[in-house]
Order: sequence, then structure tokens, then C-alpha cells
Amino acid sequence: MLAGLGADAKVLAGGQSLVPLMSMRLAAPADLVDVNHLPDLDTVEVDEQVVRVGALVRHSALEHHEGAHGAVPLLRQALRLVAHPTIRNRGTTVGSLVHGDPAAELPAVLLLLDGTVTLRSVDGSREVAAGDFFTGPMQTDVRPDELAVAATFRVPQPGSGTSFVEVSRRHGDYAMCGVAAVVARAGGRPSARVALVGVGDGPVLVDVSEATSGERVDEQAVAGLVDAAIDPADDIHATADYRRHLAHVLVERALHEAGDRAA
Amino acid sequence: MTDEDVVRVAFTVNGSPYQLDLPPRRLLSDALRHDLRLTGTHVGCEHGVCGACTVLVDGAPMRSCLIFAVSLDGAEITTVEGCCAPDGGMGPVQQAFHECHALQCGFCTPGFVTTVTAYLRDNPSPTSAEAREAISGNLCRCTGYQNIVAAVVRAGEVSSTGSATGTEEA
Repeated sequence: MLAGLGADAKVLAGGQSLVPLMSMRLAAPADLVDVNHLPDLDTVEVDEQVVRVGALVRHSALEHHEGAHGAVPLLRQALRLVAHPTIRNRGTTVGSLVHGDPAAELPAVLLLLDGTVTLRSVDGSREVAAGDFFTGPMQTDVRPDELAVAATFRVPQPGSGTSFVEVSRRHGDYAMCGVAAVVARAGGRPSARVALVGVGDGPVLVDVSEATSGERVDEQAVAGLVDAAIDPADDIHATADYRRHLAHVLVERALHEAGDRAA
Repeated sequence: MTDEDVVRVAFTVNGSPYQLDLPPRRLLSDALRHDLRLTGTHVGCEHGVCGACTVLVDGAPMRSCLIFAVSLDGAEITTVEGCCAPDGGMGPVQQAFHECHALQCGFCTPGFVTTVTAYLRDNPSPTSAEAREAISGNLCRCTGYQNIVAAVVRAGEVSSTGSATGTEEA
């Protein structure tokens, strides 16, 4: 059906981002395709390697899914910060990824965990890595004839600790800056990586492994790596300088919290 | 699809079954107020921020201004009109809002009552901090939140003791 409608059609799942845009006349799609009654898209699958989230899984369902939480605690850590519970009851995780808001939490989680999005069209399906999926502010790699049917989050290596912290003007607002972190000490190669939101055109991934060793975090070196990667902008919520300051503070906080949780 | 086209949708509202032929663009909030004349659901910002239009869809609070009514075929919807006591008197949440003076103009109240009703089902005796978190998605522009937070805590007590007049919600 999407193949026949062309570029002016939009897919409607939870509608918690799209319908406000339409109400404010910022979006005026010619056709809306409601996918809420499609079968088999509302499942969460968990195995040792991945958590796979179907397109109709609501944020709240994933947030409270014990299997997903056990495999990837970062999901619940991030989801509790997505808007308000009422919005999470309707909004979908995959929809949030496809919407691609640069301040949204889930794109950062997908990027940090080397996740993928599964896109399907009449011609077949393809997996797009998070790094290629987010192409700009509110822009993703979904073609007009494609439907995002699932997102796959990779389970971090055993013993990893994760954290998601953010600062927003009001509880439930989009964050002025947010940071997801994953720290692994055990195993062959210790590593520390962060993904930031609100300070670029999309989620920004920074590998800060070289600036951390064991439980020690070289804060200046970390800040240098973060500064080189982010490009915050001024808007009515915060200046670019303030966002940069938040990025430094929140990265430090997230790395410590994730470090404390790592085995 | 032209504006005149309609889609048939069937759902229940406060236990009563309805079958409606609605334009697909009709928001649930407008369907409730205009088509069903259930004007207890209030429409504030119309883009999902204020929470005044919150209703329960299959028991979960959702923004009726962000859902197209035709998406809800088969759903069970509860509006503020359905949050009353079985005898039609005030339900426990309404009773608590009354006792704690948790409303002045009352415009936002329907959204609070539905949200709090669902919240107390999962968390029957919240602390003040939990109550504040529970209502963080609802805006009130006159009473202030202190009394509303107190009312959420009180509603938990009223529900669990069944001390509200005419309620058997415990």
C-alpha cells in the first residue's frame, strides 16, 4: 500500500509525535496509513544476543518487559525518561526511532548498542545499522515505500554496566542534553562508550575507552573527545555553551553510574 | 479519500457499546465530545502536552487528542464520566479532589481524574513524590499542584478503606 501512495504518505503507529505535528500544521501528509491492526508487530523477542522490538510495541510495554530489562537494562533506564507515562502508553519505540528527533532517547540507545532497524517493502526487507539510519534531524533512511517493522538492540557484553541520564527544563520534556553510557571492564577489552542526544543533528556516538582505565576516568580527556564530536545549537531552551557544559557533566555522571554497575 | 468518506468503528465507552461512522480524521477527543456528547473530556492544547483530554483506553491513560477514533476499533474506553461510583456519586478520586480542594476552575480535572484512577490501580498507596511523578504529564493553571498531590495520596487512602460515600472500590 505504501508503494502505491508515494512520498506524501505517512505511517501512523502510536501517533504521539506525528499527530501533534499535524495539529500544529507542521506536517500535512496526503495519506495516513494506520498500521495499528497489522498482525505480529507487537512482540518483543529476547535471546542471548539481541532484544528485537516489533513496530507496534508501545514504550510502556517495553519499559515493563522483564526479559528485555534483564538482557538490556539500558532500555528501561532510557524509556522511563521518554515523555510521560501517558504518552508512553501509546507511543511506540520503533516509531520514535523512525521519527528521529535529535533530542529523543531511543535513537541514542540504538546507536550505542550497535542496533539495527528492519525495513520492509514489497521488494523485500533490509537491515540498516543505527549509524546509517539516522541521516539528519527528523530524518532517517526509511524510503517512502518501506515500513520499519522492528528494531534490534544488541545485548552488551557480559558484565557491562549502563546508564542514561539527562537534564530537561521540566519532567518529561525533551532533554536539553542526555547521555547513554555503556562501560565494560571484564573480558578481553575494557571499553567505555557514550551516546549523546540534544547536541547534534542526531545521536552522537563517542568512544571514550582511551580516556578511561579501570575505574579511573580522565575527565579532561573525556571532555576533549566529547567536544570534538558534538555540535550543540542555541534555541529557546538552552544556549549552545550551556548544552556543551551539560554534555561534559552528564557524560561524567553516566560513565560513573555505568562503571558502578559494571562487574 | 475525500472528507465525506466515513469509516465504521465500534468501541465501548464507560461500558456502553457504540457503533459510529466517522471521518478517519476525527480525533477521539472530538468523537467523544461532538458525536457522543460526552463533554466531560476537555480539550486544552490539542497537541498532547496539557493532559486535559486524557481518557483510559483498555485501562491505560492516553491522550484522546492524539488518537484518531477510527484507530480504536474494539477498544474499551473510560472517560471521566466513567470514574464515578457505581451509584453515580463521586468515585474515590473525585471524592479526594473534593476533600483536598484539588481544583478551582476544574478545566484540567477530568484529565487528572482519569490519570490518577489508572495510576492508583497499579500503585494503591503512593508517596507524595510518587504522586507528583504520576501527575507530571498533566498541567493545572490555577489550583497549583500541592493540593492535587495531596488528593492523589488521599484518593489512595479512600480507595483502600472504601470510606468514600457510596464506593466499593477497595
